[in-house]
Order: sequence, then C-alpha cells, then structure tokens
Amino acid sequence: MTKHYDIIVIGAGPAGMSASRTAAAQGARVLVLDEQSSPGGQIYRAIEKPHNQRRRELGSSYQDGVPLVHGFRQSELDYVNAASVWQLSADLEVGYSRDGIAQLVRADRIIVATGAQERPVPIPGWTKRGVMTVGAAQILLKESSVVASDAVFAGSGPLLYLAVHQYLELGVPVKAVLDLTPAKNYLGALPALFGARADFAKILEGWQWKRAIGAAGIPLLTGVDAVRISGEKSVESVDYRRRGEWQAITCDTAFLHLGVVPNINISMAAGCDCHWSHNQACWTVTVDDWFNSSVAGVSVAGDGVSIGGAAAAEAQGGIAALGALHALGRIDASERDRLAAAYRIRLRKEMGIRHFLDLLFRPADRLRVPREADTVVCRCEEVTAGQIRETLDLGCCGPNQLKSFSRTGMGPCQGRFCGHTVSELIGEASGLPISEVGYFRLRSPIKPLPLKELADLAHSSKE
Amino acid sequence: MFTKIGQTQEESVRVWFEGCEMTVGKGLSVAAALLGEGITHFRNTPVTAAERGPFCMMGVCFDCLLVIDGQANLQACMVEVSEGMCIERQCGAADPELDPALAATANRGETTP
Repeated sequence: MTKHYDIIVIGAGPAGMSASRTAAAQGARVLVLDEQSSPGGQIYRAIEKPHNQRRRELGSSYQDGVPLVHGFRQSELDYVNAASVWQLSADLEVGYSRDGIAQLVRADRIIVATGAQERPVPIPGWTKRGVMTVGAAQILLKESSVVASDAVFAGSGPLLYLAVHQYLELGVPVKAVLDLTPAKNYLGALPALFGARADFAKILEGWQWKRAIGAAGIPLLTGVDAVRISGEKSVESVDYRRRGEWQAITCDTAFLHLGVVPNINISMAAGCDCHWSHNQACWTVTVDDWFNSSVAGVSVAGDGVSIGGAAAAEAQGGIAALGALHALGRIDASERDRLAAAYRIRLRKEMGIRHFLDLLFRPADRLRVPREADTVVCRCEEVTAGQIRETLDLGCCGPNQLKSFSRTGMGPCQGRFCGHTVSELIGEASGLPISEVGYFRLRSPIKPLPLKELADLAHSSKE
Repeated sequence: MFTKIGQTQEESVRVWFEGCEMTVGKGLSVAAALLGEGITHFRNTPVTAAERGPFCMMGVCFDCLLVIDGQANLQACMVEVSEGMCIERQCGAADPELDPALAATANRGETTP
C-alpha cells in the first residue's frame, strides 16, 4: 500500500525546510525527502555539526541556517535523509531510493525545493582531474574539513570571493584568484545599484573580502577574459588571457565558478513549464505568486525556480507551503495572506539586490558558449563543442535530436552539466531564441536506478 | 594538493582503496575521505579512458563514480565510508559481471535514458 501524505517536500535546503515547517505547523502530514545525510541543503551544509557552529571563518550568513534547521528538527513531520528521488509524476506520485530500496509515495500536494547547482564552466580542460567547482571546495570545507592548498580559483560571483576568503581566514595558501567578471558588466550593473541600496552591507562585505584577499598578498587578477586548464592527465597549470596576453600559473588544483543555476531536472521531468531567463542566463521554472507550477498540485520554490539566494528561498518556501495549505482547504484565503505577508516583505527585500548581482556577474558569452572546437561540452559522453556544431550543421534541429545524433546529454548526469550549454549552442547556430530552442526532454528515472530496485518495487507493490 | 585541517577526527574507520588499507574519518563521504588522502584519480571514462575525479561533490556530475563493495556506478560523494569498505576505481564502463541487473541492460544494448 502506497503511503499517502498531505504534502511531500523534495529537498531540505532553505526553501524545503521553510516549506515543510510551515506546512507541519498547520497540522498537515508532511514528508520531506532529501538527498543529503543531514538537513541544510548546500548553503547550510553540515550546519548541525557543533564544530561548524563555532567556525567564524564560514561567515555570518552561514550561521543564519542554525535557527532554520533547529525549527525544522522541532517540527512534526517525516524526514527521510539520503533519499534519491528518481520520479515525480504529474499525478503526484514520488519514487525514491534509500539504501538500495526503491519506494513510491503519494501526496495531494508536492513542493519541489531542489535548489541550485553550479553552472557549467565549459572551458578547455575543465574535465581534467584536479578541476572542481568552487561549490565543491565549500562542501569539502564544511562537511569534511578537507582543503586544497595552492589552488587557483577562477570565476565570478559572490561565492568565489566567499570561498577564497574562507581559505584566507583558515590560513590555507591560495595560489591566485582569476576574476572572470566581464569589465563591461560593472557599467551595465550600475543603474541597478540603486535598487540594491537596502543591501548595501552585502555589497560592502563582498568588497571587503576582495580587499582582504589583495592585502594578504594573494594575486587577484581582474579583467581575465579566457581561461583554460593544461596538463596531460590532471591539472598542471591554469592558463589565462588578460589584456590580450596569455600567462600560465602552475598548480594541481583549480576551482571554477560562474554562478549557480536552478536544479530543474525533477520539475522538468514532472512537466512543469520552464522559460529561459536572459538576465540569469539559465532555465527557470514558470510559477505564479504562490509558486504553483504549470502542473496541478506541484509547487516549486527557492533556487530551484530561479536564483535568489538562501534568504529568498526561505521566504519562497513559506509562501509555497501557505499556498499549498490553502489549496488543501486547511487554511482560508485571509489566513494564508496574513501568514504570507511577512515572507513577502522579506522576499521583496532579498530580491532588491538580485537584479544588480545578475547584471554584474552574468558570465561572458564566450565562457558559456565555448569557442574552441575541442572543448568538452558533455562531460559524461565526452562530446565537444566542435562535434556539436558539426552535428547542427548536418541539420540536427534541437536538443533532443542532438541526443540521438551525438549522445550529448545521455550520460548518467542526464544533461545537468551540458543542458544549458547545448541550449545556447543551438540558439547561436539557429538564431532562435533560447526559450524556443528548448531543453532536453527529461524523463524518469531522473537519477540512475538499478533495474533490480525497480523490479523489487513492482514485486512489493503486488503484495 | 588536498589536505585535512583542524583537529583530527576522533572516530575513524578502516577502508581499503585499490587494496591499500587506510584510516579515514567516520562520517565522511567516500569522495572527501579519498581526497583527504590525496587521491584524485577515481575512474577512467568509458569513452576515451580519460582520468577523472570528483567535480561537484553534490551528486550532480557523476564524475566520482567508483566500485564500492562490488557495486559499480556509485557516486563517491553520496556514499558514507564504513568500516571494512572495499573501494576500487571504476575503469571504463561498469563491469556487467559485477551486477546481474547491469548485465541484462548491457545485453540489450540499453543505456540511461
């Protein structure tokens, strides 16, 4: 017999914890499924470790997660950690696996809070071992206290400087920081600075990180417009172009970061409408004021919709839960609106700085759409930009046909690290707007699932 | 070069990587534990046999695939180390002989959708 809940929340990051807490507080039967071993998402990862709550170097915004996780733990709900969700069907059935056992659960409402993932950084050599994302560096630091000394950090955006600053505070030597923010973005983002004035403290903090890095004698090179990783089998150097000249920095570890993009695989596979955001240069889920998606009964909240950061995600999770509770008839419209008011104020405040950050840190076209023919686009199937362009020249007309022609996006990551690049490559070749080009058609299982687990599931459901 | 910082883990477990015994911190993911030991070569790709190691550390990229206790295709960043765990590199495609379910897939020429 399939278990039935009022609300299933997928993800236990800021949005998922906030949504599930809000729903449970109104007496709804809530199930939270999360892939990690403990709640917090990527931003507040490993926050329950007492050791981490004393770590000043992780920054004040990390500690914002403490009350949130605490409240989540106090809530009356079912929480399943280490659960890999491989299906969300349009009839609100969720399939997940834990410890090698697959299960199906149902609910009247689903809230997808799958958060963000690192944007692909398709530069020559980005698949070599020793190259990781800045997010990975953060996870290693928070979860395991594992750091890389003498690494090169290359990229753009707040997380890049936060991570380098954390290394600096810990006394971990950093070889160099290459800032890939396009020079023209500074001018372009200027008009949006007024809208971000309420968050001036955040901008100042970022500027202070940058200054501290420079003051510590770490080479911080701005105006870098191209990067490649050299080395036979693993990283031997990071090569960069600045003012038209190429230079090389010897190192064995490189951390890359061009911002984050919504983790859309579950939402898309469920059939939620998505559209391309020009400013954020990524696919975003189309939602209404209560974060309802185009699929009846499915809401999507947090960075899994579009990028807004942890505090915005927390507010969105609350709003989505209140919308769901109202749809379930557990609260009336006036109660819903009353409880949502504080979240909406918070969300509006958080979104003030967003437009400024989007414009300032929008990665250059050439970093999102590789120019070099031998740059790998699909990491799993090792398909290069050149091969994709050749395939498109043959008349291949869309991401799904590209799969059949070239296997791009057909590896185990299921397009998570090439989908955005592929949409943009096709947009460039065809001249079509990206929203019209579309994305890979995603299907369940959205995470690889051993056939044995699926077979056992069929067997157990007959019993 | 990856290293561990701070106080050493109070509790530890013994694991075997490619036949070598190592003591690693309890509660760590396999990926973090191996990186902490300076290991970055986790697998060779099925297409060009290129060497790969962890990339995203959050279960998205599938570049840290290992063979753990005989089961292939496991994401090292999503599996916690446990006492006596036997870890091997995954070279090329997963070996169907290790897993009958995989063998059935391989025989029909099917792949992940």
